[in-house]
Amino acid sequence: MAGSNKIKITPPRWLLAELTYKCPLQCPYCSNPLDYNQHSNEISTEDWKRVLSEARKMGAVQLGFSGGEPLTRSDLPELVEHARELGYYSNLITSGYGLTEEKILQLKEAGLDHIQVSIQASSQDLNDHIAGTESFHSKKEVARLVKKHGYPMVLCVVIHRENIHQMPEILAMAEELGADYLELANTQYYGWAHANRDLLMPTKEQYEKAEKIAQDFKEKVADKMKIYYVIPDFHESRPKACMNGWGTTFLTIAPDGVALPCHSARELPDLNCPNVNDYSIAEIWNESKAFNFFRGTEWMKEPCVSCDEKDKDFGGCRCQAYLLTGDMYATDPVCSKSPDNNVIQEAIASARASALSNDEKPLIFRNSKNY
Amino acid sequence: MSINPEEKIQFSPMHRLQWEEAQQKDVILYPEGMVELNQSSAEILKMCDGSRALDKIVSDLEEKFSTTGLKNDIIAFLDVALKNGWIKQN
Repeated sequence: MAGSNKIKITPPRWLLAELTYKCPLQCPYCSNPLDYNQHSNEISTEDWKRVLSEARKMGAVQLGFSGGEPLTRSDLPELVEHARELGYYSNLITSGYGLTEEKILQLKEAGLDHIQVSIQASSQDLNDHIAGTESFHSKKEVARLVKKHGYPMVLCVVIHRENIHQMPEILAMAEELGADYLELANTQYYGWAHANRDLLMPTKEQYEKAEKIAQDFKEKVADKMKIYYVIPDFHESRPKACMNGWGTTFLTIAPDGVALPCHSARELPDLNCPNVNDYSIAEIWNESKAFNFFRGTEWMKEPCVSCDEKDKDFGGCRCQAYLLTGDMYATDPVCSKSPDNNVIQEAIASARASALSNDEKPLIFRNSKNY
Repeated sequence: MSINPEEKIQFSPMHRLQWEEAQQKDVILYPEGMVELNQSSAEILKMCDGSRALDKIVSDLEEKFSTTGLKNDIIAFLDVALKNGWIKQN
């Protein structure tokens, strides 16, 4: 496990800079931790610049400015400029809320490469309901402005039971807005989404219908729009190759400076994820307990140990294994070979029962009062 | 979709081509992705600066590497590049 000399450590390629947990939206599927409000100390501009410089030196090149809503940090243009000077390819992952044309131009000038705007639904009432904030028209306007100023425009729609029936309208909206990339992200059940799973998870029939519509559309628009389809892993028989393997490619820095091998890793016990206030990025990536914990395959248990697919999916997601079985070393229960696969089948059945019942409990929206 | 030999070829403004010191190779960067290039692919793409059409790209590369007979390989790669949106023609 930790510190094994046999494992060759590859450098980070992708850096996710979660600048803040502050957000004007309250999406009930947010992947931020439920207790985000207890990590509200944010690292400084100078700290972020050092993080960007050190990670870039190691080989990180794709950079996402995320959150929360990264626009709430007033030093965003300064960080974007620093990232451009270092040679990052940088992406602003935003709700679009409060993004003015002036700011879009300022960020372009600073060297931002692209902008990913989230929209919650294809209709105003549903978008504003899910976002917990009146934002539909301003989001569409932001999408148009992003296009107007020559950025590749990435539209991101998180898919769940409340909006999956809108798939044809969502695709039409993406086409009308001129999206260059469309991310159709089936909800992954971590953080707030885990808490709301019975209310968010579509039925298998709904998934299958929506996926067919999306696939047909993908072929139709192939020469003008690229579609990234994030699969609903609960309905698969093999787990996702989470983070392309632990500590191989992805580095997340949380708003308070905690370095995470994936953005949910905070939920895992006993990892003691290191803070950039205490260590350099090289020390964190190469030497920390947390980043070495699930590197390679030596930590695995059966059925992973003797599985011929272990180098393909790395045993699946550690956070999902922990959330659903209580054991972070377990095979991701999504896998049909997992002895815990019944928890997935029970989750699907529970969500279906909730969908069919007449008295669903309300969604828990992401805000500091709800935890 | 294939290369029109008459028209000038430019690298896509929606992508970025850059040398990566850590990887010791040129890469193409775009939203959510990165393509690592071998040296010959990178050399061809660097010629796609909007000032050259196909024949000029071929002759400049053959001159640069003191060789001949590159045309078919270059066309094959440019067709792939066009299909992937890395280059464009007006």
